[in-house]
Amino acid sequence: MTATTTAPGSADTAAVRRAIADTARPARPGRLATALTFGWRGMLKVKHVPEQLLDVTVTPVMFLLLFTYLFGGAIAGSTSAYLDYTLPGLLVMSVLFTTVYSGVSLNTDLTKGVVDRFRSLPIWRPAPLLGSLLGDSVRYVVAGTVIIGVGVALGYRPDGGVGGAVAALALVVVFSFGLSWVFSVLGLLMRSPNAVMNAGFMGIFPLTFLSNVFVDPATLPGPLEAFVDVNPISVLATASRSLMAGTPDGAAIAVSLVVAAALAAVFLPVTTRLYRSR
Amino acid sequence: MTAQPALAIEAVGLAKSFGDTQAVAGVDLAVPAGAIYGVLGPNGAGKTTTIRMLATLIAPDAGSARVLGHDVVTESDAVRGLVSLTGQLASVDEELTGRENLVLVGRLLGHRRAAARARADELLEAFGIADAAGRLVKHWSGGMRRRLDIAASLVVTPELVFLDEPTTGLDPRSRNQVWEIARALAAAGTTILLCTQYLEEADQLADGIAVIDRGRVIAEGTPGQLKASVGTGSLHVRLLDPGRRAEAARVLEAAVGTVVLEPDPAALSAACADAERAAVGVGELGRAGVGVGGFSLDQPSLDEVFLALTGHAAEQHPSGTLEEQAS
Repeated sequence: MTATTTAPGSADTAAVRRAIADTARPARPGRLATALTFGWRGMLKVKHVPEQLLDVTVTPVMFLLLFTYLFGGAIAGSTSAYLDYTLPGLLVMSVLFTTVYSGVSLNTDLTKGVVDRFRSLPIWRPAPLLGSLLGDSVRYVVAGTVIIGVGVALGYRPDGGVGGAVAALALVVVFSFGLSWVFSVLGLLMRSPNAVMNAGFMGIFPLTFLSNVFVDPATLPGPLEAFVDVNPISVLATASRSLMAGTPDGAAIAVSLVVAAALAAVFLPVTTRLYRSR
Repeated sequence: MTAQPALAIEAVGLAKSFGDTQAVAGVDLAVPAGAIYGVLGPNGAGKTTTIRMLATLIAPDAGSARVLGHDVVTESDAVRGLVSLTGQLASVDEELTGRENLVLVGRLLGHRRAAARARADELLEAFGIADAAGRLVKHWSGGMRRRLDIAASLVVTPELVFLDEPTTGLDPRSRNQVWEIARALAAAGTTILLCTQYLEEADQLADGIAVIDRGRVIAEGTPGQLKASVGTGSLHVRLLDPGRRAEAARVLEAAVGTVVLEPDPAALSAACADAERAAVGVGELGRAGVGVGGFSLDQPSLDEVFLALTGHAAEQHPSGTLEEQAS
């Protein structure tokens, strides 16, 4: 770099002229490279604002401690027995909560105007959406790893071992890829990041509690039990539990994957269409 | 490469509604290549919507436009490959650093990592924002953000730049820097479509101006032509006592010509063809005992043009400084 002698903080017109005289135009990058660049952007955000990871991990850890030590004995006879039951479900809860942030960050981009920059660039149009998903997946993995780590620290030892835990985490992350498109649509429709957050949690919170994450549905009144049994979050928690226990429940895993695929099939096209037209 | 078309932008009957609101009601534009072309109008006139259609961000409901020879609807990708947009909201990522913003754009345009970094550093230096390059943009001042935004538009030198209200909210020093950058760009042959609500800005920069109001182009021409359409010149007078403006207006109306009251409560101007009449008018004011603080004879301002064309005044450039308001 050559040293410039302009006053600090002011544009150097001669240098601007030199910079714009360079009209070389690099070849357009491929689709994957473009999406990966947006993934890199997502990582940078996590790096600059690590607190956002705290937001999404503290609540499930709180629930883990609260339910295990306050209600665990009453629900399952002992805290360690309850931990075995609820931890795979809390893994589901903590990662699914994180998906709300996909919508929140998309909405933030829209309200700040940076989306205009992306949309005016000659790039593959779904790349910003797919790229932010890559960044989000880091958040999912961190949120899931934290909850499993805290569980292990409290004495949780899955029968499925490390392999079972990794498989459960992978399944939950894949499911989250599907679910995140629902919140992306929300992010494109609502007016502010806070509104997206509130609406998102208003949906995901009751759905998580009305599942088998915390209690065995057999203890519930009939109609509620019927709802809990068909709630996809129950199915995902059952699948996660089975993987952690080392006895994979093929049906639950398959249903979880089909639900994730269906959510993506419906909401991904809606997301891209809204993103293009907004 | 095909030869560059003589018209960089050619829009016919562009229209766009949002719900019941017709934001743009049939805009025709013909912007010569290599020029700075001003689209001048008050807030809500449809400037930003027009730019967004031309930059392929939204599709028009009716009409068509070609930018650098490519249709904005059917060849939108080709248009995006040649233009850059500097938005009304600074289109930068506040949660990244300044350098990361430029590297991101460079990577998206196809630069390899090292080349993207080198280009980012070159632009950061040129725009005088290298010292803050490692800080998150949300901590930057408005003027620095705007420069970063323009730098991001030049990561790969575009053939046409859309500048949407590039100096709104900037202090005079930052504003002058943005103007300098715009002039440098134009000198290098880049076409600039400049949207502004500031008459002074259009007058300073633009080779041609389209005046837009309520979604329509209501006048078009060079700054000189637009001024000539209103009158040959005007005498501006500033009074010592604003309370005597009505009296001064009567005197000047009789001695010189049609009087326009300016936004400044102590100022007024009169249409005036020659200097001698103006001198007589000032003399009459003195004879009537109206204290004159100062006077000048000049071309009609674009303010007067705007008033004559639309029947309502345009907004003034704020003199206050927003530079330090980093939100």
